[in-house]
Order: sequence, then structure tokens, then C-alpha cells
Amino acid sequence: MPIHEKSLIRPENLKTHEQLVVDGVDVSGHWSTFIQSRVVTDYNEALQEEIAALPGGEYIHRCWQCGSCTNACTVNAVNPDFNPRYWIYLVRMGMESELLRDKDIIWQCVSCNKCTYACPRDVAPEGVMKALSHWLELKGHTRKSPSMIFDEVFTDQVIERGRIEEGRLIQRFFRRTGQALGQDWLIEMGRRLLRRLPLGLLLRLGLAGVHAPRTRGWARSRAALREYVAQEQARQRRALGLDDLIEGARRDAAGITHG
Amino acid sequence: MSESKPDKYRKVAYYPGCALEGTGHAYDRSTRQVGKALGLDLVEVPNWNCCGAMEAKNIDPKVQTYLSSRIMAITANKMGMDVVMAPCNGCYHNLKKAEYDLAHDPKSAEVVGQLAGKAGETAYQAGQVETIHALEWIKSAIGEQGLRERIHGGLKGLRVANYYGCMYTRPRHIFPEKDAGPGSESTAKPHFMDDLLAAAGAENVEFALKTACCGGAHTLSDSDMSTRLVLNILQAAEAAGAEVIATECPTCHSGLEMHQVRAEKRFGKKTQVKIVYFTQLLGIALGLSPRKVGLHENVSDGLAALKRRGAA
Repeated sequence: MPIHEKSLIRPENLKTHEQLVVDGVDVSGHWSTFIQSRVVTDYNEALQEEIAALPGGEYIHRCWQCGSCTNACTVNAVNPDFNPRYWIYLVRMGMESELLRDKDIIWQCVSCNKCTYACPRDVAPEGVMKALSHWLELKGHTRKSPSMIFDEVFTDQVIERGRIEEGRLIQRFFRRTGQALGQDWLIEMGRRLLRRLPLGLLLRLGLAGVHAPRTRGWARSRAALREYVAQEQARQRRALGLDDLIEGARRDAAGITHG
Repeated sequence: MSESKPDKYRKVAYYPGCALEGTGHAYDRSTRQVGKALGLDLVEVPNWNCCGAMEAKNIDPKVQTYLSSRIMAITANKMGMDVVMAPCNGCYHNLKKAEYDLAHDPKSAEVVGQLAGKAGETAYQAGQVETIHALEWIKSAIGEQGLRERIHGGLKGLRVANYYGCMYTRPRHIFPEKDAGPGSESTAKPHFMDDLLAAAGAENVEFALKTACCGGAHTLSDSDMSTRLVLNILQAAEAAGAEVIATECPTCHSGLEMHQVRAEKRFGKKTQVKIVYFTQLLGIALGLSPRKVGLHENVSDGLAALKRRGAA
């Protein structure tokens, strides 16, 4: 396939000869720059279907590559490698190995919705970024991102009690990500707040810490939500063929040969 | 239907949400106080739950749809009301999103119906309740002229950068009442906060980052990114000559406060601009004391800036 993405031209594919004479003409140095010929063979034809099976990725097929998402993107302005349009292209082409080069930054989408606002095709690229992050984690290409851990800790608390208590949330998140609670900025914020003795606020936060707020009569909602989430996660695993993969690995490990 | 908007919004259901019970308490306090001073009636939604914030949708979008729709179901079915006001951008956005999904996506309606059924509740039906933001509430029920008549002292030309954040305007399709011509809110260039604070005697600075992102969703999970994004906002506000940044969301507000401190501690970038809820500014303009609107509960100490202007 022709290379029509500049970013597919990697430095390692650019060849330059220090000393080269062709038909008596000296083309040494940058005069002899060539792009090594490249044929893509490792397509994952199912990639788009897999992303579309995850929440947020449903409308990826609508994309016509206008680039409005990347142009509007908050994170792209900070890191040009963060390129939603390009990743959507790779998924639609099935170019999994190219996508995996950026696997460690995809989770950094801040959900500002500028892309979804700008998109003329209602692809909802913000949702696609979440679907991509999920896919990378489910397939074992990346570890669970701090963002995903936060989403889990947060949603667990909401499903458990109906409401969020921020002190508990921060403590649990810091514990799961192995961070100390005594962050310099957190101490400084407390110091600034305490200077003006907001007794009412402190009492309120203290009490909330002890008697975590909860929604009354929440047990049935909790059970219904847990059941629904479990059922959806099982569906996603099936769509990505994860149970088969795990079963296959188990059989390989046990030395059983396939049919 | 015969009821005009100002009358319709004089008494509304009030959904404070989790943050306003915790770190955003000053916003809850100032919203209630401003409502009282303006003669508006807020009735808190009984036994509410979290709307799902920015997180539940990443576990599954329909979990968020159910959580948010439950607030509207209580408003309609238990309170018998048809307008719910949410001051938090996240709650406001999520209720609007749930309304949109339930009206346009049969699958969402089906799942919410099943979840509500299992929970023993009456499922919310799209169209039963209108969700409004605190800005729309004051703008519609009182308006600039009404505010001018009630101002006691005013903000005395305090230079304000109005910061709206992401969730109040994006994506546009969940806010069908915006971008509806003269008098309506704009999603590209929102102005309701500008309008209200100008009526309260502030001088709004030309601020290009009104709807820039503070990185609130990753404030703890990708803090360096959030600090960079917040620093852009703080520095742009200062460059525009703002003394304070007015906020309308507890996540934006605490994000701006947290990363102002963090930028100082981690990157040695100090900014002076103060961060204040727009309801705190309105309260001060209406003659309420700084303590009454919870100014001492902010990490960022805006009192000196207000005193310098003679506003507080």
C-alpha cells in the first residue's frame, strides 16, 4: 500500500549513503536519501469491529478523516503525538502494530469534548478514545492506566453507596496507584485553607469522612447496576474473543495440542 | 405552557450533587444565599444520588444514563416539579446527556427502564423535566435588569475573567436550547456569566480561554497535564488583566485552585489571579457578607481583591 501518512515514514526507514556515486554523479550524503520500500502485511481486519463493540466506539465507521478532532484537541496542543484522527484512521485500516506505537499516550484524553463538538460526522471521537484505551487494556497491550483506576474507584463507590465522598475517593485512588497522601501541593492547599479557619467546612468534611454520605434504600439499585455492569463486561470480552484467548493460552501452557 | 420562563424558574428543584456537599461547599452555600436574596425558591431533590460524573460513563455509558435519569425521575414523580437546577457543570451536563439519550436512543431507554424496574422505581421518561444550570436559572428568573435593580454595592469595576469550562457547552447537540438566536446562550462563545456579572458591576476582560479545558477529568490521574492546562488558563486571565477568575463548576474551581498551588510547587510558576465562584461574586454585589457566601472556604483567597475595589 502506498505511504500517504508522513508519520508512517520512520527514521529507521530513511536511508542515506555517506559515499555514493551513481552513473558518475556523486550523490553522497543527503542527495542519496531514500525511503526503504515497505509493504504492510500484518493487518488486523477485525480491529474496527472490536473497537465498535466497546462503549464509545460505536460510530467509528462514520469517520471521513477531516481532522477536525485533532485540530480541536486539547491534548494535541500539548503533545503533537496525541492524534485522534490518525488513530481512527489506523483502526479503520486495521493497522494494529502502528496503533500500538502510541499505546502509552492514548489514555491521556481529558474528555473535554472539543472533538465531539467539532466532528461533522457525529463519530464522538472522545468516546472512541475511551474505547481505544479499554481495548488496549483488555488485550493486555497496556497496564491499567491511572485514569481507568480512578474511574473504577469512583464508580465502585457510586454503585456501592449512591454518592461520592471525596476524602475516601482520594485516599483509595492514592492507595491503589501507590502514591503518598502527603503531596506537597495538598499540604500547601490545606495550609492556605486553614489560615482563614473555615470551621463549618472542616466540620462538614470531617463528618462526611466518618459517616460517609449514602443514598437511602439504594440496595436494589446497587444490585441492578452490578448485574448490568457484569453482563456488559462479559459481552465485551466475548466481542474481543478474550475468553478464547485465555482458554487457548491455558491449553498451550498445559501442553495440550490444538485439534 | 402559559407560564412565562421567569415565573417557571422562580421555584425549581435543586440538585446540588456530591461535590457541593464536600469541597465545593462554598458554591452550594453561595447559590442558596443568592437565591434567597433574589427571592427565588430552591427545593432540594430528596434522597438524590451521584450523577456518575466524568467516571461512570467510562465503565459503561448507560450506568451514567440511569444515575442521572434517577434525579429527573424524583423531580417529576416524587416532587411533582418540571424544572431541576444543577449548579455543577458535570451534573448539569450529565442530566442533559441522559435526557438526549433517552429521547434519541431506544436502547438507552430500554436499559434505563430495566434498571429502574429492578430498583423498584418508576423510570424517567424523556420530556418530563427540564434541566437548567445555575447561570440559566438566574439569567431567566431575574435577568440583568432585575439584577441591576437589586444590586447593593455592586462589584465596583472588579476585573473578571469568566471561565465556563467544557461541560456547560459541549457537545452542542445535548443543549438544543442553546444557539437558538438572540437572547439564547451560545455554545461557541457563552455569555450568560458575562451578562450577569456585568449587571452586578464587574468589568469583564477579553478572555480567550472561556471554554478551554482545565484537565478536570485527569486532575489526579494525570496531574502534570492538568497543571499545564490550568496554568494556560491562569496566565491568559492575568495577561487579560483579570483580578479574579469567576467559575461555575466545582470541578473547574477546585482544579484551578489545586493546580495554581501545584504549578507553584512543582514548576515554580506563581500566578496571582484569584478564583471565585460566580455566585459568590453575585452575593457580594447583592450586599451579602463575604462569610455568608463562603469566601473563606475557598483555597484561593479572593477577599483582598474584593476589598481593594471596595466591593467587600
